[in-house]
Amino acid sequence: MNALTHKAFSRRSVLAGGGALIVSFSLVSHGFAQDAAASPPKPVKLPGSLNKARLLDAWIRVGADGSVSVMTGKAELGQGVDTALIQLAAEELRLDPKTIRLITPDTAVTPNEGYTAGSRSMLDSGNAIRNAAAQAREILIASAATKLNADAAALKLENGKITAPSGASLTYGELVSAELLHVEAQPKSKLTAPKDLKLIGHSMPRVDIPAKVTGGPAFLQDLRLPGMLHARVIRPPVYGATLQSVDMAQVEKMPGVKSVFRNGSFLAVVAEKEFQAIKAMRVLAHVAKWQGGQKLPDYPEAYEMLQKAPADTITVVDNHHPGTAAKTIEATYHRPYVMHGAIGPSCGVAHYQDNKLKVWTHNQGVFPLQQAVAQLVNLPIDQVQCVHVNGSGCYGHNGSDDAGADAAFIAFNMPGTPIRVQWMRDDEHKWEPYGPAMLTKISATLDAQGAITDWNYDVWSTTHGTRPGGARALIAGWTKDNPFPQPVLKPPTSPESDGNRNAKPPYKLASARVIHHFVKAMPLRVSSLRTLGAYFNIYTIETFMDEVAAAAGVDPVEFRLRHLDDPRAQDVIKLTAEKFGWSKDKLPQGRGRGFGYARYKNSQTYVACAVELGFDRDSGDVRVDRIVAACDSGQVVNPDGLKNQIEGGLMQGMSWTLYEQVRNDGKKITTRDWASYPIMRYSQIPQQVDVHVIDRPDKPFLGAGEASQGPVAGAIGNALANATGLRMRDLPFTRERMRAVMGA
Amino acid sequence: MIKLSVNGKAQEIDVDPDTPLLYVLRDDLQLNAAKFGCGLGQCGACTVIVDGEAVFSCLTPVSVLEGREIKTVEGLGSETDPGPLQRAFMEEQAAQCGYCTAGMMMRAQALLQKTTSPSDADIIAFMEPNLCRCGTQHRVLNAVRKAASLMKTAQASPAKQPAAQGAAQ
Repeated sequence: MNALTHKAFSRRSVLAGGGALIVSFSLVSHGFAQDAAASPPKPVKLPGSLNKARLLDAWIRVGADGSVSVMTGKAELGQGVDTALIQLAAEELRLDPKTIRLITPDTAVTPNEGYTAGSRSMLDSGNAIRNAAAQAREILIASAATKLNADAAALKLENGKITAPSGASLTYGELVSAELLHVEAQPKSKLTAPKDLKLIGHSMPRVDIPAKVTGGPAFLQDLRLPGMLHARVIRPPVYGATLQSVDMAQVEKMPGVKSVFRNGSFLAVVAEKEFQAIKAMRVLAHVAKWQGGQKLPDYPEAYEMLQKAPADTITVVDNHHPGTAAKTIEATYHRPYVMHGAIGPSCGVAHYQDNKLKVWTHNQGVFPLQQAVAQLVNLPIDQVQCVHVNGSGCYGHNGSDDAGADAAFIAFNMPGTPIRVQWMRDDEHKWEPYGPAMLTKISATLDAQGAITDWNYDVWSTTHGTRPGGARALIAGWTKDNPFPQPVLKPPTSPESDGNRNAKPPYKLASARVIHHFVKAMPLRVSSLRTLGAYFNIYTIETFMDEVAAAAGVDPVEFRLRHLDDPRAQDVIKLTAEKFGWSKDKLPQGRGRGFGYARYKNSQTYVACAVELGFDRDSGDVRVDRIVAACDSGQVVNPDGLKNQIEGGLMQGMSWTLYEQVRNDGKKITTRDWASYPIMRYSQIPQQVDVHVIDRPDKPFLGAGEASQGPVAGAIGNALANATGLRMRDLPFTRERMRAVMGA
Repeated sequence: MIKLSVNGKAQEIDVDPDTPLLYVLRDDLQLNAAKFGCGLGQCGACTVIVDGEAVFSCLTPVSVLEGREIKTVEGLGSETDPGPLQRAFMEEQAAQCGYCTAGMMMRAQALLQKTTSPSDADIIAFMEPNLCRCGTQHRVLNAVRKAASLMKTAQASPAKQPAAQGAAQ
């Protein structure tokens, strides 16, 4: 058994072990524990996810041997969250980070923190763990003061050992008892002051990188359970097709094939070895007879559909007092469907034994998947366990939940045998839920002095959220016998979500009206892609602001600063302009510079970004040469980790903007591999990408993983306009589109 | 039975001759580094070195590999005794999710075995077949530059020689 397998199987025993400390382990929130008949007092608000899982030992456990375990419900998705959480706990517990064991999402063990999404990990889990660790430290110190008969203020704490002036000392392990940390957290903690920080604010190497660069078992794909078989799922050729017939007998005879599993239109093959499963899958795909299927809109039909289909109207900003209008500018923008495009197609492993179904998944929410899988196979929820193991970066809701459910569905029907499902490349490209197509319309008026006197903004989009949510969110759920109906699409109820994220402009406007048209159709399967609607709303607003600035005859950086009150917004913009060497000087023919700014969700990380690019009129090629960005994420935990996230967002945002669009031929998805759906390659990366971090140790953590994609898109659009004189309303800026536009 | 040499070790594997090397590495030899990404030779996640050349292990049937030397990331060193390329990737924190990383490393290793002082243009051109979705390309470039210099230092110092050649197991 390799190390990963061992780790996955031994978590519970580790937690239960540790000698003297075996506590009853409750994650039930204060609210749930109330007597339903009584009218309970509203529980006091606690920091981050402590508010949901309110006991200190739901987050921090100390073993009798002094070992410290930290629990999180947020998943490592490549964003470096495991490392940052360890830094926080180690800082507040005054421990060497190497001694802390981080227990990652597992429905049997860790707090339920919902999805690892919306750049909320540091807000939710980071604040919970930091506060729980600080409170645990103070409880341990107080206990030591009593036992050592010393004044708590006189005690010295180092590496889990508390020493009195007399020289007598006790370790965390000696101090801890079953009840000591089994207490509800307090709203306020004695957090380490910024000047005393030793770990927070300092770059710490990622804890998961060594295994990833030495061939260690680092991914779910590397999990090998004893007796595990390999499965492949054969999907319908098009959305909505049903399986009429399939000659299973010839495949069952193939070498290594253990089972051909069919349930309704869910078809899978299970084999001893992986390549045997692939060969059998190919034959099955060839002999399966499918019927029906729905039509798909390509472009521009998809955009026409957005405006025609029934929609709910959500008023995002309603402050409409139009002033004098000397000039009106208006424009309409389109963004196509975009893929998450994980480099590793989704994988799931499941094992059904003794009436318990255990699922290993690289998804973003083990608890929601547990509920969905329980519904899928009709088991009580306490007989299903979901465990997170790292996967390929997902960038939102991709195929990972489906792959976990595929494995669970097959394993449930093959009791005793662990099943590994690995999606093929075209499974991921054709079946992942895409980032939805969007359409925006904007008009603004300016007075004679060039000030904005009115702003009208409309965004049309299908849903950005079809996560589980029950078995109806899973492909297995809607292809099996007695299928669950596909998701009912519900408009968002919270602000800054779904298609209206960042639809509200960050700028000071005397009059503004912003409307989100929540389109209830879903011709292509869609869900949450990094930033949701923010990327395209920011693209629209930032490129339009440039046009308005030009109409007002003001430099675009200066124009933005004039319309922003927030000094932190001003700081990232000024720093970016300075480091970039922003200038009004004209660049040579075919070259352009552009600027973009946003604060993600209007409440998270601030990012400003400047881009210099070249445009080749003959080939239509847009070549980004230089990107300079500045960010403010409040208090920075791991500066290099933050830079890595901002850099990655710039590069991914650039790839979406220049190259990417999901296509179909009216029936089939035709972008089924990296040749038909190209993303950025090495020869296309900018020569220079610089990220400057403004650390604000006295401010709360702000989410950063989705903060730079929108600003870079705006900056590229503006730089392209600067280079060509043309305002590009439609994404992406492929060579074909650029040639067509420039030729026209 | 197919006879292979992987990271300097002779292996006999009972497998269909048309099986791509990737599945032999992952399933029969239980090596984790080479990854399934596309099965089409379009992403490079499966890249390994065969006789000094970077190849897509997802497309290469094992039957053509008898008598040839196959090298994977596991052959470059270990977590406790990392080779220069591995050290460079750790020091430069040249990963986000890390799924593409092992393939990137083997392609870079193939370059550095041929060219001790590659220019940035050399590195970029050589790395072209490998995709990264997280956007860590610049960090990978930094790591490859650093590895080139670590390898030169190691070669200049006899004591470090084994690490420079990779700690073959």
